[in-house]
Amino acid sequence: MSNEIEAIKDPGLPAHVHRRADTDPKAAAKAERQVAILFLLSALGTLTLIGAYFFIPQDSFIFFPVLGDTNAHQLFLGLGMAASLFFIGMGAIHWAKTLMPDEEVIIQRHEFRSEDEDRADLIATAKAGAAAAGLGRRSLIKRSLGLSLGLVGLSPLILLRDLGPLPGDELTKTSWKAGTRLVTDPGDRPIRADDLEVGAVAQTLPQIGEGVHRKLSDIGKDAVLLIRLRPEEFNLDAERLSWTHEGIIAFSKICSHMGCAVALYEQQTKHLLCPCHQSTFDVTRAAKVIFGPSARPLPQLAITVDSEGYLIAKQPFSEPVGPSFWERSS
Amino acid sequence: MTASERIAGTVANYVDERTGAAKWMKKNLNKVFPDHWSFLLGEIALYSFIILLLSGTFLTFWFDPSQREVIYDGSYEPLQGLEMSAAYASTLDISFEIRGGLLMRQIHHWAALIFMAAIVVHLMRVYFTGAFRKPREFNWIIGVGLLTLGIVEGFLGYSLPDDLLSGTGIRIAEAIIQAIPVVGSYLAFFAFGGAFPGEAFIPRIYTVHVLLLPGAFLALITVHLMLVWYQKHTQYPGPGRTEKNVVGYPLFPVYMAKAGGFFFIVFGVTAFLGAVASINPIWLYGPYTPGQVSAGSQPDWYMGWLDGLVRMAPPLETYIFGRTISWNILIPGLIVPGIIFTGMALYPFIESWMTGDKREHHLLDRPRNAPNRTALGVMSLTFMLVALINGGNDIIAVTFDLSINQIMWFSRIGIFVLPPLAFVITKRLCLSLQRADRDLVLHGRETGRLVMMPHGEFVEVHEPISAEKAWLLTQHEQNPPLALEESDLRGVRRPGVLKNRLRARLSKAHAVAIPKATAEDLKQIEHH
Repeated sequence: MSNEIEAIKDPGLPAHVHRRADTDPKAAAKAERQVAILFLLSALGTLTLIGAYFFIPQDSFIFFPVLGDTNAHQLFLGLGMAASLFFIGMGAIHWAKTLMPDEEVIIQRHEFRSEDEDRADLIATAKAGAAAAGLGRRSLIKRSLGLSLGLVGLSPLILLRDLGPLPGDELTKTSWKAGTRLVTDPGDRPIRADDLEVGAVAQTLPQIGEGVHRKLSDIGKDAVLLIRLRPEEFNLDAERLSWTHEGIIAFSKICSHMGCAVALYEQQTKHLLCPCHQSTFDVTRAAKVIFGPSARPLPQLAITVDSEGYLIAKQPFSEPVGPSFWERSS
Repeated sequence: MTASERIAGTVANYVDERTGAAKWMKKNLNKVFPDHWSFLLGEIALYSFIILLLSGTFLTFWFDPSQREVIYDGSYEPLQGLEMSAAYASTLDISFEIRGGLLMRQIHHWAALIFMAAIVVHLMRVYFTGAFRKPREFNWIIGVGLLTLGIVEGFLGYSLPDDLLSGTGIRIAEAIIQAIPVVGSYLAFFAFGGAFPGEAFIPRIYTVHVLLLPGAFLALITVHLMLVWYQKHTQYPGPGRTEKNVVGYPLFPVYMAKAGGFFFIVFGVTAFLGAVASINPIWLYGPYTPGQVSAGSQPDWYMGWLDGLVRMAPPLETYIFGRTISWNILIPGLIVPGIIFTGMALYPFIESWMTGDKREHHLLDRPRNAPNRTALGVMSLTFMLVALINGGNDIIAVTFDLSINQIMWFSRIGIFVLPPLAFVITKRLCLSLQRADRDLVLHGRETGRLVMMPHGEFVEVHEPISAEKAWLLTQHEQNPPLALEESDLRGVRRPGVLKNRLRARLSKAHAVAIPKATAEDLKQIEHH
């Protein structure tokens, strides 16, 4: 279509326009001086860096507008380094732009495709090589090689097996057992019901023996949030209500979506909010999901008090805590 | 002959007698590179990578990639006496005890952000100008690979300090692994050496971050550059520029000085940012523990879209035969990103299939002259932008005093509505620009000078545009859509009718254009 109609013609590369430095020796000398000044500024930058490194103490602060109180050591070290690098670049580019030739050059492209003759030669060579090796005929060799290569590929997988143990029941079990005391985190102090006022929230963990080290992987499953409401504010079935104690309700703090700590509690609305993906849970309705991507409520921990009046778990969690996984049954 | 010439000659002779490098050097020093600011974007990515290697090496001398618990006794008072991992403690030491350590940490982090930004903008330049077309499809795929690796590398990098913010990020990554059907919990236990967080993960990702992935980067970048070198750079259309030539500056000395100088400028600007702009102040977040979280948890920007998709996902899980499938994690975390990146990698082949164009292209397209491609690109960007905005929905809600639920609903609806809208608007804009180009060639430039004719009419004087400009506006090809017959000459239906019909429709959509001005049109106007 476009071939039939006469197109507008390519006028060709425009004529080169000389710069002032190309024709005027004075302008060229000026450009040279400018380049030299830029390089000298870079040297000054390095001197600043050295000075800052040795002579500005690491704990001295100075006030800068916009930045506020700033660590002088770090600031001048950085500014010196920035200047030392930046002005080398500026000098080189100014040099290229003012003094190096700026006439555009044309070169021709070559075709990538090989000559037909070369292609035919290659095919002949490849065929001859394959025939010489007997690739086509010796199928026994071909198949056994295929088998052994396939098996060799398996060995790294085998060798990586010991990267970690199998999950076993690790994902389904927590440290909470019937009778485990709830203790504050941090502090590891047992809690009485009276310690929590209505509207209060507490982060707790299961009590462990004196001197026993608490592993992060346990905290990742055991963290529990206590919230105290007025008992009449609950909207729970009889079983779940029996899991609370005098208005105190306990949930796993590990989000049922992706495992972040569900740390934001809105006292007015009685909503728990996960700061990672904004899943929102209604405390009065057993942490039912009312917004966001989580598909399940936070597991509720049944609590009561022991003979000394400290809060304890009535029973272990009735379902796995944390994010979903394939083997999870509900 | 001066003394320095003699020395240079001796060295050159020594090397050439052993390698025959002179022939190759002679040819390549005269290699021509076209000049355009948008060709610097890839350079920024390359230079940031070098800065990352240099600053990263510095950091490894003091960083202790271990989750062994230590008690902090450094000079940052608020954290003194606290239990934390050696990784976190050594990052604090780099920030507070090692002179220049904080500067290097900040340069490293800034360089990583610039690296990713440069890759993305470079990719947009390559896409919108059609530089991915034959013969450069391999380099496009390598580029998509580099982008993907960059996202992973960046994520691992900011996870290493083991602070409360990054630990939360690792927890989310663990949940994504765990959500993979059948093998998820096994993979998670293998990756973490047991239950999350364990003590194996930081040392392991350290090896991946400083050895495996940088090695992969080096290999891919080398091939990427060698292909650019061998295939020669594309160039923008203009007078004197054709599919068969390259117009620009020779490698030595002009291009070398400019490119070398630009490296120092990029490094200098990154160092300036490292000096004045605080980034990832991990001492404010505290050490990681799974029971706590910092409000406003945000990943780095190149992960933000992924987080935004996860946030807007509907609460869907399937429980079947005693097993759980978490669609709320799988769809936004694996399936959608998988489709996006695969589609991106395959795009050159899809476009060439649609247009039936199997020729080499070395002249770049002006985006308006490929309306369909440009619209598809803007549509994809709109999708990413909505996802990214939703990734910051909590920050937006707090900053602008909005309801987070409303922002989430805006995103949930917007992610479906806005991209197609962007497609339609962009395509129309492109066609309007084509129309404007045509008018400009045919009727010339408006001068703003009004003239009163003898009979009282006012007209604006138009000035013809230069021959160079007219050529630029009309040099592009306008190819008709593919003619795919549904049946052959004897009336027998061809196989694959549906596929052909789809291809014909796509090809037709791709070929929509405003006819460009021709010399014929110009002559006709002159006759009037």
